Amino acid sequence: MALILNEEQQSLKDIAKEFLQKNAPVTHFREIRDTQNELGYDQSLWSEMVNLGWSGILIPEEYGGFDFGMVGMGSIFEEMGRTLTPSPLYSTGVLGASLLTLGGDDKQKQNYLPRIVDGSLTTALALEEGSRHSPFSISTKATKAGNGYKISGEKTFVIDGHCSNLIVVAARTEGSDDDASGITLFLVEADTDGIEITKTNMVDSRNSANIKFNDITVSSSKLLGEENNGAAILDEVLDRAQIAISAEMLGNASQAFDVTLDYLKERKQFGSVIGTFQALQHRAAEMYSELELTKSSVIAACHAVDENSNDLKRMASLAKYKAGETNHLVTNEAVQMHGGVGVTDEYDVGLYLKRARVTEQIFGNSEYHLDRYATLSEY
Amino acid sequence: MTDLQTFREETRDWLEANCPQEMRKPGDVAWGGRNAQFSHPDQKTWLERMGKKGWTCPTWPSEYGGGGLSKEENKILQEEMGAIGARSPLGSFGIWMLGPALLEFANEEQKKEHLPPIVRGEVWWCQGYSEPGSGSDLASLSTKAVEDGDNYVVNGQKIWTSYADKADKIFCLVRTGPQEPKHDGISFLLIDMDQPGVTTRPITLISGKSPFCETFFDDARAPTKDLVGGLNKGWTVAKRLLEHERTMISAMGLSGGGDGSKKTKSGLAEIGKKYVGIDADQKISDKALRRKVAMHDLNSRAFGLTMQRVGEETKVGAPSPAAAMGKYYGTEHNKLRYELMLEAMGTQGVGWDGEGFSMEELAITRDWLRTKANSIEGGTSEVQLNVISKRVLGLPDK
Repeated sequence: MALILNEEQQSLKDIAKEFLQKNAPVTHFREIRDTQNELGYDQSLWSEMVNLGWSGILIPEEYGGFDFGMVGMGSIFEEMGRTLTPSPLYSTGVLGASLLTLGGDDKQKQNYLPRIVDGSLTTALALEEGSRHSPFSISTKATKAGNGYKISGEKTFVIDGHCSNLIVVAARTEGSDDDASGITLFLVEADTDGIEITKTNMVDSRNSANIKFNDITVSSSKLLGEENNGAAILDEVLDRAQIAISAEMLGNASQAFDVTLDYLKERKQFGSVIGTFQALQHRAAEMYSELELTKSSVIAACHAVDENSNDLKRMASLAKYKAGETNHLVTNEAVQMHGGVGVTDEYDVGLYLKRARVTEQIFGNSEYHLDRYATLSEY
Repeated sequence: MTDLQTFREETRDWLEANCPQEMRKPGDVAWGGRNAQFSHPDQKTWLERMGKKGWTCPTWPSEYGGGGLSKEENKILQEEMGAIGARSPLGSFGIWMLGPALLEFANEEQKKEHLPPIVRGEVWWCQGYSEPGSGSDLASLSTKAVEDGDNYVVNGQKIWTSYADKADKIFCLVRTGPQEPKHDGISFLLIDMDQPGVTTRPITLISGKSPFCETFFDDARAPTKDLVGGLNKGWTVAKRLLEHERTMISAMGLSGGGDGSKKTKSGLAEIGKKYVGIDADQKISDKALRRKVAMHDLNSRAFGLTMQRVGEETKVGAPSPAAAMGKYYGTEHNKLRYELMLEAMGTQGVGWDGEGFSMEELAITRDWLRTKANSIEGGTSEVQLNVISKRVLGLPDK
């Protein structure tokens, strides 16, 4: 396994960096936030990202995608982490694309995947029900009714839940609340009668929603995968979801660090640039070390997806753990090292701190992944 | 068949014919030298055969006795040795530290004289860098060498000279330009230990025995031809050699299961299970310890991957800036690993000797104490952080 990018991957990363810095710098994020844009992202920017092929990176060529792999997708997320770019790429290009590719039958793939590639479909995954990631703690019920199912329950922290056309719902068809078995996935159109969507305004202005399903009717053809077998699909999708968000977190931490390093080299106190103070130098060097470890973990995890490694689960936990810990540390230090201006809205470091804390919550925080890694390692 | 495939087959055949069975079992490594001691006769045979082939130093040029192998060929040699569990034929600071510096800085005559005996394990080298008054501030060293005809006369004291009591020769930093600025008055000198002007005294560490010594020079003599890299140009040689030393030490942090094999190589989880027990789900019953073990395993893996990435980045061209953090992180990580083992072992982890403790327990305790020196020797962690902040991050001095 190589841990450096090949020429093609490097070129994709360079293009992404140039595109995002030109078309979606942090000022773009601020504009979306400050104008309380209802969609939460800019439709024309998203169209351009689609034109660059980003929504189809994880989709097989036979369904119109580019099958470029997670190393490529990770590079884009790393760059988006640097610019805080609002877009539905995560919920659609990673979650939706993986759910349908890994769980869908041929008809579903033919129907939905080309529309993800061309940007006409956006998707969301309605999974969580509590305030912490617990993928199989599901009490949303799906019961057989006639030729289909009726679904009732409430979902929380659905990323892009208020602005997606298609919602993948994890519901219980059997078993008790914490069983991994008995979970079934359904493809639900967002405009189905009985769905109540409430946009939640998060501290980082990332799109998410709470969704209530009031006895909605879903036909049997909208089952994703087999009945009661949703956990197996979710397992595989979550590995990818954790790794992609880890790449974004790496970008977030790297940018917060770079901005801070620049500040250490220009801010003067006591007649010196504050970067000359050893108390700050050593903390910067420690952050650098953690960032290097995180970078290696993320790229190794991306490769593990593309190579279909039999150790993928542990690699996903490694990436999410390191990204979570490092982003937490670096964003806290970034604010502290900026002093007073670090806690103003005018400076960008606070934005990275806020984003860091929300991404930590996405599909398991560091503690969750520590426990998961130990369990997978049989201790 | 490609050249490399042919090389692999030939190597496999040669090892099969020449590596004694006894040397395919784990055990101690020979250090060679004028008064070489071998724990088994096969150790001597193995060293002689590998030395003759130049495979104690596989990538060194064959004109200086080395194996003359390419990086790819060396990788194959290491793999084939690994496949039969072949022991390293020779441990040597000559191989790990002095040799690479000589190849880069020595003149032709010096290379011809000093490299071949290193390859064959005939000379045991030790390192004379630190002094009682010059630790982290190494460039302030005061051991002086004064020219006297064809010789230098050396006076002063070195400390932390590993194996000085066993070594045949010492590569030493000496002050030859007392009037120059401190970095510009240092030379790199090779001195024979077997002379009346050189005495050594072993140092006992907190772990008990240790290879460390103090070395005293009282009008010791060294030929002027043995000054390497030019008069007062020793600091350049010294810095490069320190890089080799740090690479050697940072590799220690990798012994903790960097490859993430299912049964964590660190043995931490096994030790945890053994001493604190398991619950109904086969998990380490002390939840706090289990969490720390997992954290350590994850960091072992991230560090192992980082060292792998550094290697790849260096291979494609640019020296990787991440290499600078290897020594710092590796040694701190290794210390933590032993702290966790002791935490798991409880009172069984803090025995000194005698009855009541297994050999393994006593060894772990001694190793725990020894790891405390990892983040001091070869440049303290604090010095490494200085190096990262200045050279990698570009933070200013003033």
